[in-house]
Amino acid sequence: MRRHSSHRGTVIGVIMLAAALVAACGGPGSDGPQSTDAGTAPTEKPTCGKDPVTLSGYFETGFPTPKALTDEFSKQFTNVKWDIREDQFAVITQNAPRVLADDPPDLMRLPQVSELVGDNLLKNLDGYAKVFGWDKWPASQLEQLRMEPGGGARGEGSLFAMGLNFSVTGVFYNKTLAERIGMTAPPTTLAEFDDLLAKAKQANITPIVQFNGGATGGFAFPLQNLMAAYGEPGPINDWIFQKPDATIDTAANKKAAGHLEDWIKAGYFDRDANAMDYAKMMSKFLAGDGLFMFNGDWESGNLDKQLAGEVGFFPLPTEKGGKVATMSAPLTFGIAANAEHADCAAFFLDWVATNADAREIAVEVGGSHPMGPADAPMPAVAKGTVTAETLDVGARLAEDNGAMDFIANATGSIYAKSWTPQLQKLFAGEQTPDGLLEAVQSDYESQVGR
Amino acid sequence: MPELVSELTTVPDRAEARPRAAKAPRRARRRGGWVAWLFAAPAIAAYALFVLVPMARTVQYSFYEWDGIGASPWVGLDNYVRVFTDPELSGTIVNAFELIVFFSGIPVLLGLAIAATIRRIATSRLAVVARTVLFIPQVVPLVAAGIAWSWLLSSDGLVNQLLAAIGLDGVTRAWLGDFATALPAVGVIGAWVLLGLCTLLLLSGMSKIDPALYEAARLDGAGTLREFFSITVPSLRQEIGVCVTVTVIAALASFDIIYIATQGGPGNTTMVPGLEIYYQAFVERQVGVASALAVVLVLLVLACVLPVQRLTREES
Repeated sequence: MRRHSSHRGTVIGVIMLAAALVAACGGPGSDGPQSTDAGTAPTEKPTCGKDPVTLSGYFETGFPTPKALTDEFSKQFTNVKWDIREDQFAVITQNAPRVLADDPPDLMRLPQVSELVGDNLLKNLDGYAKVFGWDKWPASQLEQLRMEPGGGARGEGSLFAMGLNFSVTGVFYNKTLAERIGMTAPPTTLAEFDDLLAKAKQANITPIVQFNGGATGGFAFPLQNLMAAYGEPGPINDWIFQKPDATIDTAANKKAAGHLEDWIKAGYFDRDANAMDYAKMMSKFLAGDGLFMFNGDWESGNLDKQLAGEVGFFPLPTEKGGKVATMSAPLTFGIAANAEHADCAAFFLDWVATNADAREIAVEVGGSHPMGPADAPMPAVAKGTVTAETLDVGARLAEDNGAMDFIANATGSIYAKSWTPQLQKLFAGEQTPDGLLEAVQSDYESQVGR
Repeated sequence: MPELVSELTTVPDRAEARPRAAKAPRRARRRGGWVAWLFAAPAIAAYALFVLVPMARTVQYSFYEWDGIGASPWVGLDNYVRVFTDPELSGTIVNAFELIVFFSGIPVLLGLAIAATIRRIATSRLAVVARTVLFIPQVVPLVAAGIAWSWLLSSDGLVNQLLAAIGLDGVTRAWLGDFATALPAVGVIGAWVLLGLCTLLLLSGMSKIDPALYEAARLDGAGTLREFFSITVPSLRQEIGVCVTVTVIAALASFDIIYIATQGGPGNTTMVPGLEIYYQAFVERQVGVASALAVVLVLLVLACVLPVQRLTREES
């Protein structure tokens, strides 16, 4: 026995010694100075040249748009081949810093960019924006991808990523169920929407099918739509962009969270929303098990295929009607700071926004509005489809200047570690609307290091 | 008498002689030792590279604030202070201890009862079937088990259908999505997985017990229960020790079942240290805090498991 423990002691001793030695060598990671590189300053539009070139891509599994675009690109530019690897978005989010640092792809699907820019992992695209004329596009399209080099608040500064298209969120509804409760047109005020919810409940139809389980609290969708129904989108964007002194704990947002709680208490959501994930919500909505669903136009193509002519879409109306605001974000792609074929990748990004075939893919496959100048030709879309309705809402949003980033994108971990548990607590009656906003604001402050 | 004297005087000699005598073989052993080390070298290198170095690294990282890429200032024990003062982090440790009830308590107690029952019907075909059925959860990958259980426990799943069928509509709920039941529900999944392992271990232990003991007890007029508590349980001391050790580690270091079934939700009610370490390192990008929690978890596991080992080994 004694021999045993003395051996164990030796082993522990060796480990401690090793630990001490390693610790003495200094901290991990690079101490490199923050880059002030304002991007390469090309004087003319870069191209992919004529020589064979293979671009490396890191895309998201389950979303066919990027692949459809790269295939079409290779058809038009035969010297360009692609080496693409795919992962779930959650995996990309977790791996983004290390992949960009160790194995920099030419083109990569990106999560929220602020931490990546802070670590100098993304190419500054200002130079490309200038020669390609991206800076002449409607500013709101690229606002979310701008940041001061080296970190800071998002929303202004240099361009660090691009979109393949930009998506719009809002309320999908099942037209058959809508007919049953006498809904003939989308509601124009919040009160009208409340009225429809009550009617659905009376008719024994689940008013809203919404996921709120696991690590992704889907109640953030209705909550942010309600925030925009009670207040202006500007302050919400400021908070998401980490502008100094921004707060989510405002009077308007308290009303919004209170309104969401009223819906919960009225039983407008599924009883097991806290155990429902995104896939289950989709299968329920597709099966006709709910009247409304808060979601985004990335599902438009899917819904048009599976429930053709059955589904409609509208932005959640505000308290008094009128101008609308909702979450709208580019399908974000970036170029690694040390990418081998940055010029060719930038050329691809410009082609996606300006080439007619590419724009058509963005709409047909992606279901979302293409990027690009405001007067760029829009591909034709069949009337009566959800895709047509979501595109209309996108256009209306641009007119009303109502695009917001998603409150879940304020910091890298605010969604999984703050919104989600708090919204789950709200649903279970373990948190008050005011308490929810206070808790999220306090987490936010500790995460952005205020 | 002279003999005796010589005996007495040689005693200290002998005592000295022992190490001297031992020296010669040790020299030989040393020569053989190098060869032995040579053979062990690949394994040691692999162990050092994949176990010792990462462990040392984890300890090292726990003293820094690091996002995994950029600069990393030294923060001393701050990360450890956070582990114990941040209720979000310390709460995970409390949850892990609650899981021990399900991961260890149920499998060991129920396993003892089941093993004793199976032993009584050892020769029948039923025993073979029972053994197989109980051990199947060990063969099923945990991820698949987690998915299957989340279907069973969903609001319209089999568990609720059965409850409704016997008139218990009132208690049906989304077991994994309810604040009060999520942690016990996850615990039940763990108990289901570990029950087979414990039963089989205990059963094999029982087969080693001398049947004469039971016969003697029966002659003395002992009943089934008396036999169980006076012979079976004490004889299984070591097996119970192994069961408790394995299951306590499974409870404290649990990750996969919870990641699949609830991802720590709803509202952190099922968040355990293993999952929190993962979130801290890969979602919050707080590698330092994650490492500190990992070190605390290792120490916690050792603190729980070493006394169990000592208690169950003492008599042997």
